[in-house]
Amino acid sequence: MSKTYYDPADLRKFGNITEWNEELGNRFFDYYGKVFEEGALSAREKSLIALAVAHTEQCPYCIDAYTKDGLQRGVTKEEMMEAIHVGAAIKSGATLVHGVQMMNKVNKLEM
Amino acid sequence: MATKSLLARNNDIANTARQLDILSNGIFASGELPTFVTKIKETNQFPLRPKKLEILQINLGYMCNQVCEHCHVDAGPDRKEIMTLETMNQCLEVIQKTAAHTLDLTGGAPEMNPNFRWFVEEASKIGVKDFIVRSNLTIIRANKKYHDLPEFFKKHNVHIVSSMPHWTRGKTDKQRGNGVFDKSIEALRMLNKVGYGIENSELKLDLVYNPSGAFLPGDQNALENDFKKALKNDFNIDFHSLFAITNLPISRFLDYLIASENYEDYMISLVEAYNPSAVANVMCTNTLSVSWEGWLYDCDFNQMLNLKVASKVKHISTYNEEIIQNRNIIINQHCYGCTAGAGSSCQGVVA
Repeated sequence: MSKTYYDPADLRKFGNITEWNEELGNRFFDYYGKVFEEGALSAREKSLIALAVAHTEQCPYCIDAYTKDGLQRGVTKEEMMEAIHVGAAIKSGATLVHGVQMMNKVNKLEM
Repeated sequence: MATKSLLARNNDIANTARQLDILSNGIFASGELPTFVTKIKETNQFPLRPKKLEILQINLGYMCNQVCEHCHVDAGPDRKEIMTLETMNQCLEVIQKTAAHTLDLTGGAPEMNPNFRWFVEEASKIGVKDFIVRSNLTIIRANKKYHDLPEFFKKHNVHIVSSMPHWTRGKTDKQRGNGVFDKSIEALRMLNKVGYGIENSELKLDLVYNPSGAFLPGDQNALENDFKKALKNDFNIDFHSLFAITNLPISRFLDYLIASENYEDYMISLVEAYNPSAVANVMCTNTLSVSWEGWLYDCDFNQMLNLKVASKVKHISTYNEEIIQNRNIIINQHCYGCTAGAGSSCQGVVA
């Protein structure tokens, strides 16, 4: 067993998950591929969304993959950083909006 | 930012035998990755053979006003190797009898060869209609004596193909040198002004995109759309097509890959993106490359690796098309660069 939880070389083995369940694995990869095709959103826009979500999910494989994918599409550093700020803003907003719940509870419990 | 060639810096990678040693060993010798020969044997495409000769690509010299980080020629102001009149005359003799319809002039900056214009004029006189000049754009702005190049190109209906790694200043200057982006924009404006790159104009202006780092080019059409939109909106510049070219792991780009510890991952990316249908149309099957000294090569990359054609005829002075076309193309692991994804050539994607 590897002594660390994450190995960058494992990303290339992602496809191997089909070996232990071919049907579900293949369905997932078909779906995944379809999602990222050019559609109402461009493949470039989807790549930036994926980069932001990769950060909020804190998935190191996804961060490597979509940083490289962005570079290949000519996405600039500025665009990448703005995209992950969007993810970060939603993350922090999601934390802070629960502050209203805290305030409600305090108001209910306090005399 | 480098200002000298690898050669002038006495860098180990300037030695072509050293480059071939790197490409032949390591992850390819250990069997971790298949060699290019093994790979094309899978689809019975070995040995690789030339098809009809269409393009004669002549390298007029390694001298250049720029020192780009990724340059596979290791070109720069300190490179003094340029084609002599004698060799040019030998080329003209061949141009008269070749079946190739296109003359593709490259370098370095081909315009820096003092006999560049004479050569184009002579080739034009003997009937060449289809000229390509691989111009780095900044040369047009580098010195007063080059300011009228757009007019000269127009006069001979030269098809201009120019490098532009990105539509933003930062990314362009990082790869090609400080100030290159602004000068390139000025040069593109001059070319547009005389009619180059305008919709439906016969004066062809194409741009070449190659990635500024250890990653492969994205979809050529999508990149073309992004380039067109940005150059039009930001600078009111027009061009015809964008060619997306993959960086091959040789010379300065190889040096960069090794120094940045990206070499193995880059080679893995190239092998993973291998596309057997791109093999059928790689440019070495329809192009012949001629060096500043008149030596013949399967492509510009093999020229830079000093891999002369595997033929009895190796020099322009003893040119015989029938003999040359009956040869096997020399391949090595750098060839994966031309077969990745949609493939890559001096004319962009091939598959």
